[in-house]
Amino acid sequence: MTPFSTIRSVAAHLPEPNIDTDIIYPARYLLVLDRDGLGDYAFRDRRFEQDGRPKPDFVLNRPPFDQARVLVTGGGFGCGSSREQAVWTLIGLGIGCVIAPSFGEIFRNNALKNGLLPIDLPEAVCVDLGEKAEAGAIFTVDLESRALLVDGVLVAAIDLPEGQRQALLNGWDEIDLMLREEGGAIAAFEAGHRVAQPWLFLETR
Amino acid sequence: MPGRTLYDKIWSSHVIRDYGDGSCLIYVDRHLLHEVSTPQSFLAMEAKGRSLHRPAANLAVPDHVVPTTGRDQPIPDPLARAQTQRLAENVARHGVPYIPLQDIRQGIVHVVGPEQGFTLPGMTLACGDSHTSTHGALGALAFGIGASECGIVMAAQALRQRRSKTMRVTVTGTRPRWLTAKDIALCFIARVGGNGASGFAVEYAGPVISAMTMAERMTLCNMTIESGARVGMIAPDDITLSYLKGRPMAPDGAMWDRAVEYWRSLSSDPDAVFDREMELDVTGLAPVVTWGTSPEDVLPIDAVLPDPAAEADPARRARREKALAYMGLVPGMRLEEVAVDVVFIGSCTNGRLEDLRAAASIAAGRRVAPGVRAIAVPGSGLVKQQAEAEGIADILRAAGFEWRDAGCSMCVGMNGDMLAPGERSASTSNRNFEGRQGPGGRTHLMSPAMAAAAAVTGHLADIRKLMGGDAA
Repeated sequence: MTPFSTIRSVAAHLPEPNIDTDIIYPARYLLVLDRDGLGDYAFRDRRFEQDGRPKPDFVLNRPPFDQARVLVTGGGFGCGSSREQAVWTLIGLGIGCVIAPSFGEIFRNNALKNGLLPIDLPEAVCVDLGEKAEAGAIFTVDLESRALLVDGVLVAAIDLPEGQRQALLNGWDEIDLMLREEGGAIAAFEAGHRVAQPWLFLETR
Repeated sequence: MPGRTLYDKIWSSHVIRDYGDGSCLIYVDRHLLHEVSTPQSFLAMEAKGRSLHRPAANLAVPDHVVPTTGRDQPIPDPLARAQTQRLAENVARHGVPYIPLQDIRQGIVHVVGPEQGFTLPGMTLACGDSHTSTHGALGALAFGIGASECGIVMAAQALRQRRSKTMRVTVTGTRPRWLTAKDIALCFIARVGGNGASGFAVEYAGPVISAMTMAERMTLCNMTIESGARVGMIAPDDITLSYLKGRPMAPDGAMWDRAVEYWRSLSSDPDAVFDREMELDVTGLAPVVTWGTSPEDVLPIDAVLPDPAAEADPARRARREKALAYMGLVPGMRLEEVAVDVVFIGSCTNGRLEDLRAAASIAAGRRVAPGVRAIAVPGSGLVKQQAEAEGIADILRAAGFEWRDAGCSMCVGMNGDMLAPGERSASTSNRNFEGRQGPGGRTHLMSPAMAAAAAVTGHLADIRKLMGGDAA
């Protein structure tokens, strides 16, 4: 994946809890077999009328927020389906960081696999950041120094396990790393597991 | 050593490496594939010149985009046809066991896995679908993953995962006649909140669970993801074993005996400590439906719609107002007055034989109300075959239901079975999200019996009143 570099951008505020994966990426576009170039489908039914005209009052259609690279939103963002398109579509839209009180677990995992940074902050902080976002403040997401700044003022530390931080900063492909570093351990485990629970290794009939 | 939970036991028996930061590399015994979440996984894998670590650990079946009519014809939608074809090509190239569309065993991955005995107690199982929690009903540790993680499982048979906190939900009391597993699941979600169990693995226990059939347990574990928890599970017992014995992919003979001996050890120890405990007493509970756009928006069928003005918290008030507006409903209205356009019986939540039987028992001798379109979609070809053999299909068809071929159908609205904008459904599926069953569609979730009651009355209906004298 692309290495995570510091983001400096206005932030779009979606003040609503439980924005689910069907809102982020409606199921009918899952028929598209790509993972790149999916930005047009993001929040499709919130952003566009059925005839394709943009809804002018939706935040991501309004300058300067149509250029936002950060989203500030409510808890449970990305709950629902496991569709990774919910992450790919945000990346396609240019979003690199989502700030929320909590995330759907599968969405969060998917985000980290693709270089999209989820930042969990307490509800009250998110509400405050949402107000600042609406006022047009510039958000700086500096993962190198674990700092989230708003108009140059530190507002929160970015809490992420060090391994995941390094993976994002370096753009490491998890599977390359896993096969290289753990291939032997996986094979050894499998050999023992085959003895302990042999019925899991029967050829399917 | 303190007692261990069912989750602890399966987790620790699959740890390859503990990274000491709350995450471990765990071995993934089995992987289910469908056409929607894997095309990009195969592409990424092949771009790196890799192959599957152990093809026989996988099973693929198309379910999400396949039509539920006209199976003797090519799939009409070119995108759906291409996606289904892509799965067939990918699995052929990599030697993955595959159930094609024309096979009698074809169906929804979460119906097919248990039905074939592919899902077994004590195993770890992953699938690129959030409702993989279903398989926990057999005492497996099963969870949904995204396409990138599907690619990792395919190539490495392992995943780095955070260990979940554990929650036990003990279901007690006297279960009323019409209170189904779906009602219990929705009551749990309402109690804990739509993302309230995030980070937890939920184990269901207690006398009401012990008495449940496997189909009911699967419904309950299936819906667990709607509480935010990726994992729902139930310890294997005699009901689990008698369900599994003789399934095509389950072990047999001496190997069965050996497996059973191990599976018997999997229940949570009496002194096991859970991070969170909840008791759910079902005595006197009424059947429920959802009224809003989150599965936590649950009310008893005899209730009236909530007035957002009565909600003190402004964020919650705004969400309720928005949900009511989307659903085209007004505060104070009785749920039983809400007319429906479409009834959908099916999905990985409620597309099993018992679910169709329940719907047929209500539909028998009745007619789908004028103006209502009712469809019944079996969870698999084998479920369909059995339902036809039992006369269930005839009953439903005679009542005016459309009787379809197996697939996800209107639960996810990808195959052409969908709501038109503004249409309202009584649905046995799992999500009432905005647009879930089609853009602008309005979904009320409920049990198969309640959905059938809505079909024959034309509105959300209290099954207890409809079936009045039948207290059997």
